[in-house]
Amino acid sequence: MPFESLSAVTLGNIYIGLLGLAVLLYAVLDGYDLGVGVLFPPHNEQFKDDMIASIGPYWDANETWLVLAVGILLIAFPEAHSEILQTLYLPATFMLLGLILRGVSFDFRAKVAQTSKPKWDTCFKYGSLLTTLSQGYMLGIWVTGLRTDICAQGFALLAAFGVTAAYAFIGACWLILKTEGELQAKAFTWAKRCLYVLAGGIGAVSALNLLLHSEVRALWLDSPLGLVLMTIPVACFGLLILCGLVLKKLPEAEGKGEWLPFAIALLVFVLCFGAFGVSYYPYVVPGKLTIMDAVSDANSLRFLLVGAVVVVPCILAYTVLVYRIFAGKSEKLSYY
Amino acid sequence: MDVFLLSRLQFALNISFHILFPTITMALGWFLFYFKFRSNLSGHPVWMRIYRFWVRVFALTFALGVVSGVTMSFQFGTNWPGFMEKAGNVAGPLLGYEVLTAFFLEATFLGIMLFGMRRVPNWLHTLATLVVAVGTTLSAFWILSLNSWMQTPQGHEVVDGIIYAKDWSAIIFNPSFPYRFTHMMLASGLTASFLIAGLSAYRLSIGDDKIAPKLALKTATYTAAVLIPLQIFAGDLHGLNTLEHQPQKVAAMEGVWETEKGAPLLLFAIPDEASRDNHFEIGIPNLASFILTHDTAGEIKGLNEFAGEHPPVAPVFYSFRVMVGMGMLMLFSAWLGAFYLYRQGALPDWLSKVFIGMSFSGWVATLAGWYVTEVGRQPYLVSGVLATKDAVTSLPPANIALSFSLYLVIYAVLLVAYVHTLRLMCRKSVGIEEIARDDPETPSRNKMDVATK
Repeated sequence: MPFESLSAVTLGNIYIGLLGLAVLLYAVLDGYDLGVGVLFPPHNEQFKDDMIASIGPYWDANETWLVLAVGILLIAFPEAHSEILQTLYLPATFMLLGLILRGVSFDFRAKVAQTSKPKWDTCFKYGSLLTTLSQGYMLGIWVTGLRTDICAQGFALLAAFGVTAAYAFIGACWLILKTEGELQAKAFTWAKRCLYVLAGGIGAVSALNLLLHSEVRALWLDSPLGLVLMTIPVACFGLLILCGLVLKKLPEAEGKGEWLPFAIALLVFVLCFGAFGVSYYPYVVPGKLTIMDAVSDANSLRFLLVGAVVVVPCILAYTVLVYRIFAGKSEKLSYY
Repeated sequence: MDVFLLSRLQFALNISFHILFPTITMALGWFLFYFKFRSNLSGHPVWMRIYRFWVRVFALTFALGVVSGVTMSFQFGTNWPGFMEKAGNVAGPLLGYEVLTAFFLEATFLGIMLFGMRRVPNWLHTLATLVVAVGTTLSAFWILSLNSWMQTPQGHEVVDGIIYAKDWSAIIFNPSFPYRFTHMMLASGLTASFLIAGLSAYRLSIGDDKIAPKLALKTATYTAAVLIPLQIFAGDLHGLNTLEHQPQKVAAMEGVWETEKGAPLLLFAIPDEASRDNHFEIGIPNLASFILTHDTAGEIKGLNEFAGEHPPVAPVFYSFRVMVGMGMLMLFSAWLGAFYLYRQGALPDWLSKVFIGMSFSGWVATLAGWYVTEVGRQPYLVSGVLATKDAVTSLPPANIALSFSLYLVIYAVLLVAYVHTLRLMCRKSVGIEEIARDDPETPSRNKMDVATK
């Protein structure tokens, strides 16, 4: 078998890396389309059609990153997978119901009679919201090491709002990039509002994070590495401030640099994600289960790695291809 | 109710709802490629009109398949943690390959297929249609490989209760896999054919007098007429394979309680698990033995040889009859339909009604078939290796009761909405003028139009 020379430790690290990549790509990609769903205005038909059009060709593939992430967790770290999903049974169920509702509303709203369209629009908005809140809540509980006491619940609720704000923010940035005119102007307003909430959320979650785990506190505050690591939050808030400035200037820039807010949002996601990664490595469940405790049989991991090495670059390549094909302002969705 | 029963019910509900949609899209993807191919070849606009109608059906069906599939991917961890902890070394990589090689392919190229026609050259759009069809087939390949391995496991070893993979090609190409894959692909072909035929017949019946539904009806009916005998043949081979590897399942399918020679083929009976025999048997003498052993006096092992190790009889027994009955109905209607369409170019009124009624007949047969094979595997999750009850979660039953009820409600609503929306799409299509739809902007967008004329 190929990769015979890779030890279980190396394989564990490779798979945690792949898992990280899948989660990050999911958060960014499905993040913006969930965010667009959260921002869905109840009463403006034109906005709604244009917003759907901006995410129409992408959402199916975006959601597949979640399937890959949960798949890798299941394949490489089965024990962590069952522990996480059993503790988070109800939030996971609500997330799935949300995903079902929003996913089908996409298609139903375009095909049903005009009179029942508003019903599916409502399903789309609140399905998206249910999904983002559940995901944030799950992230929060996971960070606490799957605790279920009242403090952990409080933290998870905060994370639920934080994640929703983050998704709404990147969703608004996506709309700035993909739409024009009135809707784009509205997207600027949304992005500005979300920016404040997001900055507050990141600050609060980071601070509480330090209180939750002594190991994390030691790493960030007491170790020599801490100083280097501090560049992450500094860079993060620097970017948020920059984004605020960009959002002020852009409306007068006549279409130039419309990609900037989305790019900044992307970087902010990467930085936040990196901070989580650094804080909790080598744990799969913080404080509870390490990569090596949970990693599955090396032979199975080697077998799948052969495929992953060949296929993942292909997936990334044709994903880029699709984004290039649909580059520029989104058009009215039509099947031909 | 206990956790075990609730988890089984929830899994059955999720997978039953999920399979409805891939069963359509797997074959509908190939139909779409065929329509697109014919359009490229002939340049006749009617093929593109058929394509446009059915690509919308595909989009809706695919969306339902995706969202219910995401739910499936969570079920293993939430309700059956023992499955992944004990069989994960085999099941994990197969699921992983499904996601990597199939899911991304179909989901990504779907975007081009649905919305990219104006943005990409025609060849790329045709290619995207092909890639989506290949993607759906690939995902069937991996998931059926895993399911077949659970039925007829090989290529693994068990150490301390944990399953380890030894030989991947033996695992992937396990004994029941070729049969199950063929059987399922044909089932998908029939489901899509009857859906296309049924909805096209419906469109004609409400006064849609265009060429497109007539041509779609013909294409689908002829396809069904060819596929159904193949399916009966493949099903028979699959049955023989099951007899070899899972005789207890066949005994339950045939309702054979005691090992017997010259077993009758039971057309009807009420199996009684308590008294371990059948009531009200109506059978054809010796026929079951003849079908299964090709000898009228052949011996069929009875359920008595598998005490405590065989599936519940009644659900397997009834489901099998529903599947076979539906298959027979498909055979007669498809052949009659093909006969009339070939001879007279149209269906008689009564047969048209039969076709409309059978629009979703593929669902009934497919579900019944899956119940036979899945219930027939009980009490095991992985035949002879891992018992179903050893894999279940230890969550409080109330949690599962809640999620189960929520799924039940949402799935019921979605199923009604789906069927209703298909009907509405048919009705809307009536009002669309044939000529107006022929893409006035670029009359010969297909370069091949010119070339073939």
